[in-house]
Amino acid sequence: MHVSKDPTGLYGLMAEFDSAQSIVDASIKAVAAGYTKLEAYTPIPIEELNDIIHKKRTVLPRLVLFMAFCGMMTGFTLQYWASVIEYPLNIGGRPLATWPAFVIPSYELTILFAALTAAIGMIAMNGLPQPYHPVFNVERFSLASSDKFFLVIEAADTHFATDQTGSFLQGLGAKGVYDVAY
Amino acid sequence: MVFWIVGLIPDLATMRDRATSNVKRVVFGTLALGWRGSARHWHRYEVASLILAGLSTPLVLSVHSVVSFDFAVSVIPGWHATIFPPYFVAGAIYSGFGMVLTLAIPIRAAYKLDHLITMKHIDNMAKVMLATGLIVAYGYGMEAFFGWYSANPYERFMLWNRMTGPFGWSYWLLIFINAVLIHVLWFKSVRLNLKYMFALSLIVNLAMWLERFVIIVTSLHRDFLPSSWDMYAPTKWDFMMFSGTIGLFLTLFFLFMRFVPMIAMFEVRTLLPEAKVHVPRGHDAHGSGH
Repeated sequence: MHVSKDPTGLYGLMAEFDSAQSIVDASIKAVAAGYTKLEAYTPIPIEELNDIIHKKRTVLPRLVLFMAFCGMMTGFTLQYWASVIEYPLNIGGRPLATWPAFVIPSYELTILFAALTAAIGMIAMNGLPQPYHPVFNVERFSLASSDKFFLVIEAADTHFATDQTGSFLQGLGAKGVYDVAY
Repeated sequence: MVFWIVGLIPDLATMRDRATSNVKRVVFGTLALGWRGSARHWHRYEVASLILAGLSTPLVLSVHSVVSFDFAVSVIPGWHATIFPPYFVAGAIYSGFGMVLTLAIPIRAAYKLDHLITMKHIDNMAKVMLATGLIVAYGYGMEAFFGWYSANPYERFMLWNRMTGPFGWSYWLLIFINAVLIHVLWFKSVRLNLKYMFALSLIVNLAMWLERFVIIVTSLHRDFLPSSWDMYAPTKWDFMMFSGTIGLFLTLFFLFMRFVPMIAMFEVRTLLPEAKVHVPRGHDAHGSGH
């Protein structure tokens, strides 16, 4: 995620919630209020939050499918090249391009490419490894990996105004609202 | 390996945030890659996990099929068999569950994980073992049937030698465990008794070791040339290799238990009441489940 710097030195405002339901409700209201640059941080996967906040689903599955196909072609062409072009051996007059024998290595490379793409692709698309992020400046945020749920509205949002956004987040039932410094 | 590391990332972030010393914070912080648990991260994470799970499922079948092909392409009677792929896959699931029980039952008792590894889990694992064990037993039956039905003198000799030859004890012990003893798992009182289940898991591990012994040794010690017939006796190197593999596994396993969560923390968290979500209609953009 690109972090655009705000002249006030504030990354955004962070609201703390106690349950998955309360952060989902808060996100729905924040999106309805017109905020677009917001993000929820939760200790558990809540698939609904992505649909509410980001609307778009990831292209990762299509990327994996494409790379799986590349893996299959790599495995097949490697064997085809070795046994038909580079070093053809006549074994009892059998055809050189014996595709059934090529299936297993092609299949294995399909799985290898797909699995590595799924893992590395997920990490890279998430922008990881990323040791620093402004949200870590909030002390309470260390609970985001245990049992607290956080909603951050960025200062870069066109609807953002420190006081109004702060009271808006309070009004959503937040247990606390914190400034997120750079 | 990839699946395992990906599965650890959110838990490593938890350990980073709970770290009590700077060394731990730096080590777990580095390994967690800066995981923040944002909605976008979790979404990609869940999609990637689903894909990895989907990819590893057919891998279970292919790994054992390929290993069994290594046997099947040889001309040695007892190895040259088309029944091997399905029977190896069933055997792998069977012995895999046996091994998981061997490890899980003592750990569950030592770390008091009764509420995480419940009796229902153990009961279900026992049922999977019963089903796959019976498939394996059917495999033995078919192996014997094909040996006879092929009318091939070498196949018939291999079978007769396997049953009544000098290593006959290993074959009959194998048959006794995987085709006879396994039937005790039909009884719920056995499946829900941890002592019996632990003993049975050890016996199943023994039987699946015997299966490899029977396949490899009894087929090789009487091959086509009587001049090369011999008896197999393990050397001290065999014993050292065998105990070394067990030692290596247990060392890595205990290190894993000591340093990272044995059970995925974030997945257990999703079972808590605070994790339940109901989204009103019209807000769930894709109408996906809850």
